[in-house]
Formats: sequence, C-alpha cells, structure tokens
Amino acid sequence: MSCHAPVVDLIEEPPAIIPAGPKRLRTVALIGPPNCGKSTLFNRLTGMRQKVANYPGVTVEHHSGKMKSIGRNDLTLIDLPGIYSLSTYSEDARVAVDVLTGKMPGVPAPDCVLLVLDATHMNRQLMLAAPVFSIGLPTLVLLNMSDQMEARGGKLDTLALAKELGHPVALISAALGKGLDVIPDFLQRAGSRPDDGRRPVQLPVLQSAASCHSWATQVTSRTKYKSPAASLWTRRLDSVLLHRIFGPLIFLAVVLAVFQVVFLSGQPLSDWLTAVLTKAGAHVALLLPDNWLRALLRDGLWNGVQAVLVFLPQILLLFLFIGILEDSGYLARAALIADRVMRAIGLNGKAFIPLLSAYACAVPAIMATRTIENKRERIATIMVAPFMTCSARLPIYTLIIAAFIPNTRYLGGVLGLRAMVMLSLYALGFLAALITAKMLNSRVMKAVPTPFILELPQYRWPTIQSLTLRLYDRGKLFVKKAGTIILGVTFLVWVFSVLPVHGGQFSALSTSLIGHLGHWIEPVIRPLGFNWKIGIGLLSSIVAREVIVGTLGTLYGVDPATHAVTLQAALRHDMTLGGAIALVVFFAFAMQCTSTLAVVRRETNSWKLPALQFAYMTVVAYVAALVTNQVITRLF
Amino acid sequence: MNVTALSDAKVGSAGVVERLDLPDEVSHYLAHLGFLPGASVEILRRAPAGDPRVYRIDGVEVGLRNETARHIFLKLTVIAGAAA
Repeated sequence: MSCHAPVVDLIEEPPAIIPAGPKRLRTVALIGPPNCGKSTLFNRLTGMRQKVANYPGVTVEHHSGKMKSIGRNDLTLIDLPGIYSLSTYSEDARVAVDVLTGKMPGVPAPDCVLLVLDATHMNRQLMLAAPVFSIGLPTLVLLNMSDQMEARGGKLDTLALAKELGHPVALISAALGKGLDVIPDFLQRAGSRPDDGRRPVQLPVLQSAASCHSWATQVTSRTKYKSPAASLWTRRLDSVLLHRIFGPLIFLAVVLAVFQVVFLSGQPLSDWLTAVLTKAGAHVALLLPDNWLRALLRDGLWNGVQAVLVFLPQILLLFLFIGILEDSGYLARAALIADRVMRAIGLNGKAFIPLLSAYACAVPAIMATRTIENKRERIATIMVAPFMTCSARLPIYTLIIAAFIPNTRYLGGVLGLRAMVMLSLYALGFLAALITAKMLNSRVMKAVPTPFILELPQYRWPTIQSLTLRLYDRGKLFVKKAGTIILGVTFLVWVFSVLPVHGGQFSALSTSLIGHLGHWIEPVIRPLGFNWKIGIGLLSSIVAREVIVGTLGTLYGVDPATHAVTLQAALRHDMTLGGAIALVVFFAFAMQCTSTLAVVRRETNSWKLPALQFAYMTVVAYVAALVTNQVITRLF
Repeated sequence: MNVTALSDAKVGSAGVVERLDLPDEVSHYLAHLGFLPGASVEILRRAPAGDPRVYRIDGVEVGLRNETARHIFLKLTVIAGAAA
C-alpha cells in the first residue's frame, strides 16, 4: 500500500434518511499511544499557533490549535495525552476519557476523533483502538510511520483493516508529511454526513488488557498484517550507544559537547545581541529629554532587561540540543544508562525523566513527578528536582564565567576551560541532588521501590518543525518573563536606588534606600565575598533566578563609576575571583524561585515541604559559597 | 518444559510468556506494553551496567530491571549462548 492511498471507507452511499441534518464540525480530538508520532502530526496540522494550558484541576497539559495547515481554520484540534488504554489508573487516561465524552469542563465535546497508531507494531497499538471505538464518535484511524514499516518489509492491508475495524483507515507518515490529505477528506465527510459511524463490528466485550490484546491479535492476523523487521539502524546504534564501555563514555561526550557548543557559538551571539541592544537603547535615549524619565528608562529598565535578554541565544541553543536528544530517542537510552546510578541512591529510574526536564525548569519537572506512583519516591524526587541546573541559572553562570574565567583551550582547542567550568556547575547541582536523595532515602524514606519500566522508541530524525516549535515556545516564555517579572523587579530596584529625593535631586546610590538596605545586610554576606550590590541581587532574585542579572545591570548602570562599562567589566572591577565563584556556587544550590515553591505547595497541598526546601537549600547554598570563597581566597 | 524466569534467560534467547507474578498495578501496566501470556519475547541486550535489560515484545523494545523480570516466566524457544 502506498502512503497516498485514499481513505478506505466502507460506506458506498449516504444513508437515505438524515436524522438531524448535517452537523457542523467544530472540535476534533487527536489521540494515540505514547511514541506514536502524535505530536509531530499535531504540529503538522496546526502549525505554529497552538495554545498550551492545563486542564482544570489536574496537571495534565492541554494543547489545542486551529487546523490551519489543512485550510480548516474553523476546526479546533485537541491533542490528548499519549496513553496505552482508557482504563489505566493514570490521570492522563482519565483526562482523555473526560475530553472524549465531553465531560471536561471548558473543553467542547469533540465531534470526531483522529486515532494515531504506529504502523510498525500494530498488535500492541490496536489495543487502544477498541476502547476508543466504543466511545462511538466518528473516527479516522491513521497508521503512522508507514514509510518505516514499508522500508523494513512490513505489510498492511488498509482495506481489510477498515472492514475489520468498521472505521476508515489510512497510512500516513507524519514526519514526512505524506498521506495527510486523507484528513481533510475525512473531516469533510464527517461534517457533511450525520453520525453514521457505528457499523457492526466485533469489539472485545471486556475491555481488559488481555481481551483487547487477543482482539488486536485476531484483527492483525485476519488482515494478514506482517510486522516489519526490527530497525537495523536502531539495533546498530544501540549496540554502540548502550555498549558497556562506550555507552557511558558517549553519554558524557554528548553532554560535554552540548556545553561546548552553547559556549562557543552562544557567546558571540550574546555579545552581538548586547551590542545591538546597547545601540538601540542609546538611540532611544537621545530622543528623550535629559530628566528623570530618561534615567528611569535607560539606567533602570533598559539596563536591567537588556542584561537578561542577551542570554536568549544561549538558552535557545541549549534547548535545541535537548530537543534533538529527546526527539531522536536518545534520552530514553540515557535513562537506561542512568538507572543503575539512580537506583543506588534510592530513586526510580523513571525519576530520571522528570529530573532531566528539570534542566529546563523545575516547575514542569515537579508536575511530571505525577507519573511516579509511590508517594515517598515522588516527594524525594520533588525535593531534589530544584537542584538540577535549570535554564534560569544560565544567565548568571554565563555572566560570571565570561567575566572571570579565561578562555583557555586544551587538547588542541577541543576542550575549553569555560565549558568545563560550566559543566562542573551542572555536575555540582546533580551531586547535590544525589546526596539529598541518598539522605532522604536512608532517613525518612523506607520506600517500596516501584518498578522501572521504560519503552525504548526507535531512533528517528527530529523534525525541523517540532524543534522550531520548542524553541519558539521557550523563547516566548523567556522574553515574556523579561518583559513582566524582570521588568517589574528592575523598576522597583531603580526606584529604591534613587530615593529618597533631596531637594529635587536623586540620592547617590550608596545613600539611597537600597544602598542602606544593602549596607545593612552586607555583614552577613561579606564572608562569602559578596559586596552589598550582590546582596541586593540575591534578595531580588528570590522571585526568580534570572532577576539577579537584571538587578545588577540596573545597580551598576545607576552607579556613575560603572555607568559606561559593560556589566562584565563592572563585575570584574568590583569582585574577587573567590567571590565570583562563590556566587555561582550559591546559585547552584539556592532555591531562588517563587514559581517552584508555589508548584510544590500545589502538588503537596501544604506549605511544609516548600518551606523546608527553601530553608534547606538556602543553608546549603550559604555554607557552600562560604567554603568556596574562603578556599579560593587562600589558594590564589 | 523449559520454563524460566525472564531475568535468567540469556541475551539472544527468545520465548513465549507463560505468566506474570506481579502486583496488579504492575502487571496491568506491563500488559499494555504487550507482556501477556502467549506473547513472544526476545532478550535483546543489557544496559551498560548489566541491569536493566532490554526486551523486544510485540515489536516494541522495553527496558526492565531484573527485579521485575524475575517475576515474569517464559517458555524458551530459542536458547542462546549454548556454546558460550
């Protein structure tokens, strides 16, 4: 069967009586098991304009978008979570059932369903088809990855399968964009014809896994499905990437290479962005009269927001790599390699995925711990997740490293000192997570371990579209944060740095309100090698970690002594090496993030855990920074 | 009959699942991945540390720790490593 086969449908003529007249389609649901390529298809059908929200009362994410790419702007496509069955105990499955049956508040009941299945192993994939059909909505069965199935010698008779299932069936390839023209055809017909989707087909009566499986096996054998041979490439790659010696080594090399590239190509991009933004700021400043408004806009807001915005290229690069690793299927292998280590410290190998996503941000990671059934293991994972180096730490790390660490290269330029320092900071966070988990495990957690069950998808090429979409989402989030939280805090910092007004004159920085506050807290942070400006930065960054860069940008921008130089130069002039390294060590450990605290409170339904987490992480950060500064100051 | 625990079968062997002696929740989850009596399973490879191992069932590759695989029993059809 080619990918361009038309929709196979069994209805030759429309029914004679139309009960309620043609129903207008509004909402289409997209459902499928995990790893079936559903997200790729969703992106193909909706393009860049999709909405992400949480379903009310649950932490399952809700993606929806207009089906613009196939010219149906009038239709909303809802992407349901990837699930194996509708009867599992998981929250994802409950959400899927509620949406399909129109019981999810705020989500319109879908008028028809697109069921995506991976054509390379139909036996198992069809197990989801039975419960979805039994809901009774018009359903189009899309057999994805048809290109792979055919290339590896698989055979599938869509006509026979459609007859057997009683629903139209089509072979597609979402990654290549092949065969997708069946979707508008199906929607056209589903919209122009009343609900006649129910044809007599034998569905398993009991929807248990065993009965669905035997039904699926019967269907595939009756339709003479020939399952494709195992992907040769996946086998070959796995024999190297999961090799007992090369596997872990390659894993380390991959991680190191990512940091190297983030630094090597991210830094020039950041520098370029700094130059552009500085120039733009200067141009705009010329247009403004020389008064307090100009001071506020340029010295206060612009300096602060610009200091944070310039890290956008590095953050996007990092996410590009994470996206490639995840979409290609390598992350699942990494989880397999890491399971042994995770088990040694008493964490489930499954905790690896939430922990890994904590490299982006701890908030979704903590929400993702819902997949861990054991409550104690879940709490342990929540406790350690904020130690993983999230992207909000990247701005201060990059700033300090670029200012204080020389750009020395080793091994003929392959290995850079800066990338290595950056990697050490990531390792430091990971180590703190390990030790914390170990402590929790021996003290409070006498947990019954939950099993580690991990599906390893075939390796596949990441699609440009899904990578673009990830970067777009991430970039939008970052810029939005810079325009709201960081702008707000920067504004407050500037106001307090020029008040009180004496006889129409702003205060000098050190006699301003913020100067007084800074000098007041200075004794506490002096042993760490921090001056009072850093202290204000630390206080303001309790809101969010990136804020410190904005605050420092504003404080050094207001100060006439450092007004004209870059933030990097100002810091070099104002801090010792010991204090600088102590600062990044402090950030590796400290819980400077109100969003994380709020989500932990929501997930555990009490302030106890977030309060404990905040106190614990702050103490660890203080002690570690103190030791770092004292040691470095004595050594150098 | 050649019934053995999945964890004891050598890499390269294959067999047919006989039964699972696991708590309901776990076997339910495994069932949806294809671990059901009658399904054919192949022992593909070990993770670098030796455990977990990777199994191929119903055309899908699944990683399981030995502590779980110990409770899944199969009838061996291909026995690998007779010479090794």
